[in-house]
Amino acid sequence: MNSEILVDCDWVQERLNDSKVILVESNEDLLQYKSGHIKGAIEIDWVRDLNNQLIRDYLDGNHFANVCSRFGIKRDSTLVFYGDKHNWWACFAFWVFKLFSHPDCRILNGGKLAWQKKKLPLTSEVEDRKVTSYPVVQRDDKTDRILRDELLSKIRDQADCHLIDVRSADEFSGKRLHMEGYPNEGALRGGHIPGALNVPWGRAVDQETGLFKSVEQLKEIYFKECKLQVDREVIAYCRIGERSSHTWFVLKYLLGFKNVRNYDGSWTEWGNLVGAPIERF
Amino acid sequence: MSLQKFLSDFAALGDRDLKMEYLIELAGHFKAPPADVAAKPYAESNKVPGCESEVYVWARREGEDSKLRFYFAVENPQGVSAKALAVILDRYLSGHSVDYIADISPEIIYQLFGEELTMARGQGLMNMILAVKQLTLQNTEQEILNKSKITVH
Repeated sequence: MNSEILVDCDWVQERLNDSKVILVESNEDLLQYKSGHIKGAIEIDWVRDLNNQLIRDYLDGNHFANVCSRFGIKRDSTLVFYGDKHNWWACFAFWVFKLFSHPDCRILNGGKLAWQKKKLPLTSEVEDRKVTSYPVVQRDDKTDRILRDELLSKIRDQADCHLIDVRSADEFSGKRLHMEGYPNEGALRGGHIPGALNVPWGRAVDQETGLFKSVEQLKEIYFKECKLQVDREVIAYCRIGERSSHTWFVLKYLLGFKNVRNYDGSWTEWGNLVGAPIERF
Repeated sequence: MSLQKFLSDFAALGDRDLKMEYLIELAGHFKAPPADVAAKPYAESNKVPGCESEVYVWARREGEDSKLRFYFAVENPQGVSAKALAVILDRYLSGHSVDYIADISPEIIYQLFGEELTMARGQGLMNMILAVKQLTLQNTEQEILNKSKITVH
């Protein structure tokens, strides 16, 4: 397990008064942060804080610098992301920060649930943070992100890469256009990108504790069962790119894949794309 | 108070932070269903689909006028929004007529939780409202069926 990137509750507790360490809570439930967060944590909401509000894209370098400065983040801050729903959104926020190459990003293993299970204190008090001057860094859309046209070329050229579809089995097979009980966010076709393997993102998590599974267990899933090769390129996708950022984190930081990218256009883009090839069972 | 009046008063709070604090306060009033309504393990048929907060819902006829009352269980301890909505639905829909409940739009969740509630985030909450509407309809149909049986006898 990558002990640098993945930290536990004890690690966080020992650094609650370390001004260099900033806890970043990111949730699905909008009331989570206000109802109680780890002392000193800031809240980054992916819709409000990380998305371009007009174009389907993330912030550009200027706006990202503004957000970071407003939250008192410095370029050398150690950011520890955590949240609800097994760190689903925390991993997504982590991924966006990595698009801007923020050097020191970490994940609290088990997320907020781990903190709560240990009955560690939460507060609803939001501390004032001193505004900083975060530098403008241009977003890197090549290293950890892949966009539609490049992926389409790879599929047409039958490029040598692993494609991991982290959605549910029914979404993958084409039986459903969306997760059970979730809305169809506009995809016209069901199925998956040709050649993709189906490994639902939640398999990487112990559902009881919320902790990531051990490296051995993860190897069992991704190496033995899925036969992924660590030196091959991997592209993960889901419906809008959030669940796949969780798998991206697992592959890149817990299993050491060198070239993993998240296709955040995911099924809401591919399932609507004119002429894009689709497989369906 | 009607749900419409509640929503109107809620909107009058104006400030997003105030609204969220009020919803958190409401969530604090959430109570799990009494044992005579539901006992664990809860039946899958009472589970609200697609709700990450693992919400279950029941309806029971109560009181002299035999009005429907709704009960909820929120099994995920992190489901604060689900708890707040459960309290609202119990307070402002329990006891109302099938027509009244049928007219409630699931999209009221945007009035409650705001525009940051994307489809992915909001669907579980909308499904709670849809489940209440469905339970109301089922209970009303059953009641009509029961009455017609009595008439036949």
